[in-house]
Amino acid sequence: MRFVDEYRDADKARALSGQIAALCEPGRHYKFMEVCGGHTHTIYKHGLEDHLPETVELVHGPGCPVCVIPMGRVDDAIAIAREPDVILTSFGDMLRVPGGTGSFLEAKAEGADIRMVYSPLDALKIARENPGRRVVFMAIGFETTAPSTAVTVLRAASEGVSNFSVFCNHVTIIPAIKAILDSPDLRLDGFLGPGHVSTVIGCRPYEFIPSEYGKPLVCAGFEPLDLLQSVHMLLRQFAEGRCEVENQYTRVVPWDGNARALEAIARTMELRPHFEWRGLGFISHSALALREEFAAHDAEKVFDVPGVRVADPKACQCGEVLKGVIKPWECKVFGTACTPETPIGTCMVSSEGACAAYYNYGRFSRAALAESTMREGTRA
Amino acid sequence: MCLGIPGEIVEMLPDRADLALVEVAGVRRPISVGLLGPDGVGPGDWVLVHVGFAMSKIDEAEAAATLQLLEGLGQAYADELDALAASDIT
Repeated sequence: MRFVDEYRDADKARALSGQIAALCEPGRHYKFMEVCGGHTHTIYKHGLEDHLPETVELVHGPGCPVCVIPMGRVDDAIAIAREPDVILTSFGDMLRVPGGTGSFLEAKAEGADIRMVYSPLDALKIARENPGRRVVFMAIGFETTAPSTAVTVLRAASEGVSNFSVFCNHVTIIPAIKAILDSPDLRLDGFLGPGHVSTVIGCRPYEFIPSEYGKPLVCAGFEPLDLLQSVHMLLRQFAEGRCEVENQYTRVVPWDGNARALEAIARTMELRPHFEWRGLGFISHSALALREEFAAHDAEKVFDVPGVRVADPKACQCGEVLKGVIKPWECKVFGTACTPETPIGTCMVSSEGACAAYYNYGRFSRAALAESTMREGTRA
Repeated sequence: MCLGIPGEIVEMLPDRADLALVEVAGVRRPISVGLLGPDGVGPGDWVLVHVGFAMSKIDEAEAAATLQLLEGLGQAYADELDALAASDIT
């Protein structure tokens, strides 16, 4: 696809829908996970499920960076923010994420100096301009965001900005996918790989998924036709008896990723032995910490971080949503106690979260529920 | 935050080799092009901008389609643009 109009060509979408239906083996059910929150948005905004046969089901994965932050890390960040002379900076998405004792927004209202930034480089600039303050950047995100933190740390070190540190919460996508593949309560047939993370890591790191787990992955773009085409590519693999990693988003994703970005991460960060993910529990070697060499810029070394573990609220089923075990509207508090205005769970906070996508596009009505229950019934 | 926003490079900053001025929906801000390599990019090129960094070079058609998709997101895109407008990384 080369031209703008082609991305949303209705005839092309209909033709693809037909081809997708023709590729489905009669009586077989296909369950594909889209790993990225951006995909979830496109799917609900454009009602893509209506263009797919009932036997093709899309489930949402753990690809929203805000959604996987455990409450304890939010509390840790707030504890740092309450230290004397501290300015805590983070992306706007973090503002309303609930910790065990409140959100950044609430801590800010109580007097903590918490500022939203667009880029970690903005945080570094705040540090340069406030030499008498200690400026901490709460870093979150997958490999899409980690290189920007890495470059910022390198810059802080080379410029000797000694009042700048990073509270590192970067996570890596591969262990999360592996945890889902190892999870006993979910049966998946394949993956729609995340487009933006893959601009950094490329397609090669996914190759263990077909070779060790026998599931195909197609790295997918964000246009409606990208996703339909990716589903088509997955189904074609089944039809032709293949199982491999394919790249649908070649116009943006290089097979080997971005070497400079990967180098910056490797230079400044190393894998933690364990990290807790919201709803998914502890996953080995799934998150990044700053290397010892950069201890002076590591908030976990500079501050006495409480490191208290907070259990996720009982009513909230973000964990099951993140693993694709339940749909957002199957959560007990979805759309009632938990809404984008008063979120209980992170999946409702972030615009990339599956719950927020469902809520914002109105996929929570009784009719949708009833229709889906009927579909489940038909399948059973 | 995880949105990649397409921006057009209007100028390389003369005193900072790793920075370029990009224009996104009428907003002009400096961003880092340090992740794109020495041959990198120049004025007129489109890049996918993520938290202040150009992540990859894209063609104009891809940029136009992505912008249209982002506009459809409504508030999330407006918030991202506001954050970009408030950004100062120099």
